[in-house]
Amino acid sequence: MRLSRHHVAWALLALAAIALVAYAETWLSGYERTVIGFAGIYAILAVSLSFSNGLTGLFSLGHPAFMMVGGYTAAILTFPVNRKGFMLPALPEWLATLELTLLPATLAGALAAGLVAVVVGFPVLRLRGHYLAVATIGLIIVLGVVINNANDLTRGALGLNGIPRLTTLWVILGWLAVTLLVCWRLKHSSVGRSLMALRENELAAACLGVNRARSRLIAFSLSACFAGVGGALWAHLLTNLTPGSFGLALAFMLVVMVVIGGSGSLVGAILAAMAIMVLREVLRPVEQAVSAYGLVQIVTAILLIGTLLLRPQGFFGSSEPRFLRPGLPTSSLKGRETPTDGTARP
Amino acid sequence: MSDAYILQQLINGLVLGSLYALIAVGFTMIYGIVRLINFAHGDILMVGAFSAFAILSVFGFPLWSAIVAVLTLGAILAMMIDLVAFRPQRAAPQVNGFITSLGVSILIQNLAILLLSGQPRPFNLPGWMRGNVHVPGVRVTVLDVTIVLITLAILIALMLFVQRTRLGAAMRATAENPLAASLMGIRINRAIATAFGVGGALAAVAGVFWAGRAGQIEPLMGFVPGLKAFVAAVIGGVGSLPGAVLGGFLLGFAEVLFVGLLPPAYGAYRDAFVFGLLILVLLVLPNGLLGRPAEERA
Repeated sequence: MRLSRHHVAWALLALAAIALVAYAETWLSGYERTVIGFAGIYAILAVSLSFSNGLTGLFSLGHPAFMMVGGYTAAILTFPVNRKGFMLPALPEWLATLELTLLPATLAGALAAGLVAVVVGFPVLRLRGHYLAVATIGLIIVLGVVINNANDLTRGALGLNGIPRLTTLWVILGWLAVTLLVCWRLKHSSVGRSLMALRENELAAACLGVNRARSRLIAFSLSACFAGVGGALWAHLLTNLTPGSFGLALAFMLVVMVVIGGSGSLVGAILAAMAIMVLREVLRPVEQAVSAYGLVQIVTAILLIGTLLLRPQGFFGSSEPRFLRPGLPTSSLKGRETPTDGTARP
Repeated sequence: MSDAYILQQLINGLVLGSLYALIAVGFTMIYGIVRLINFAHGDILMVGAFSAFAILSVFGFPLWSAIVAVLTLGAILAMMIDLVAFRPQRAAPQVNGFITSLGVSILIQNLAILLLSGQPRPFNLPGWMRGNVHVPGVRVTVLDVTIVLITLAILIALMLFVQRTRLGAAMRATAENPLAASLMGIRINRAIATAFGVGGALAAVAGVFWAGRAGQIEPLMGFVPGLKAFVAAVIGGVGSLPGAVLGGFLLGFAEVLFVGLLPPAYGAYRDAFVFGLLILVLLVLPNGLLGRPAEERA
């Protein structure tokens, strides 16, 4: 394989990310590392949401629900056995004596989230896109209520405290790379093409042999798996879980990231996630200083509405930045730019 | 479980169903005409409740003036939202309108938190509204009776408006096919603004009733009623006015009976029940009870 411009660009980006994480892990304080960790988790969530919402044209708000599933599953699996007995008395015997490390627990969380997505998506994805949004909000509420009331399994509204802090920035960076790689490869494969065809014209795509329900279910549940990963990492970064943290406000933040970055643009989602996190950290002290609570949300809501009115396709549309995409061979490039939709590959 | 207990539950269901119907009608009108699920609909309910609070408790005006003012305010607010946020995006994909409405909703909620504080405030209607109507064995307040009667009156007036007036016909035509309607000389934007205005007015007045029953108001109070009204609209068939009314009453009864007839331990699962019902309805009856199957055009 010939080394071309986009390979170099990716390598440089990867090196920069590794350098940043190495720097943060060595010299920054616990608080600063947590903030950076959250930015990384948000990036994982935004990339996967951009993949499922942007490419299919559907609108799921279910990420917080899948994070709850992934987070609680993983946290119960890694929870120290000696405290499980009295904190979570309703666990069955085999779970109460099980204490896993982070990786298998995260995978289990992702799997559980994906399963929930299949169960919910199966009826809902057959319908027109609108229903999905409300059904997924419904899912957030249903799961929140169930977790709040299942005291002996999840400690309910008290929150599950004392989860071991196993998530390091290296783990988050690794999962971000996996998420980006999987979504990128799928986006530029036949699966991605079918999804985009469905988005552009459902009937025409179906006539060309795209299985509507199946393609959407794949995208939706894959995205939910990564939300489960995000939830698991979140749980082991913050060391506590409450159903209240996974509400509509979180879903809204993720939607803002996806829309601003450009629905369907994976790199756009990462950049937007970073930008929003910086904005939040900058605004939060202001909010507290003048006790103007709600300021962060107001600014993000205005950003969202402004983007939709002035540049509805977001920053990158559904394509990726040019320098990261393989271009056409230089000999054929002259006078023949790639189409503006930007998703074309030679 | 005595007869009086069951009668009481049925009355509660009727009152709750009236409120859901009032909100769901606006939802379904807006969906029917612009294919937009308007998330900000529930927040108009909150604005209605807060304006009524200002008019009644702060300025001390009589109740009827508060109702008139709230109807007007709700209509104006909804039409303004349409004008600023949705009208510029008529040509954009439907999802964009939906995301916009989510943004508008978060914006209204947080502006209310910023300007009015997030603490709940007591909301009291005049004393005579809270008095009991004498029915043996059950407890019915004047407010409950008012809610049901006003809802029925409004819904009948609305049906007549949509079926019998020129503007109503214009709205139905726009819902049917906007392009053809505009070619027939119908001013589409006016028809759409009317749908928003009527829906907003109904949501705002529902907010006053909702607050009157709850006894308190807070900036996030519109979220859950708004979503449940959407569930009601889906049960009835989104886009169908009689469907929204039917769905509203069915959901009201179902919710009250779920809480009232099962052991109290299940009461906490009330909201979970409603949204579980939504997913079930979508699975079995995707077009709702009275909805038309969505046609596909190439």
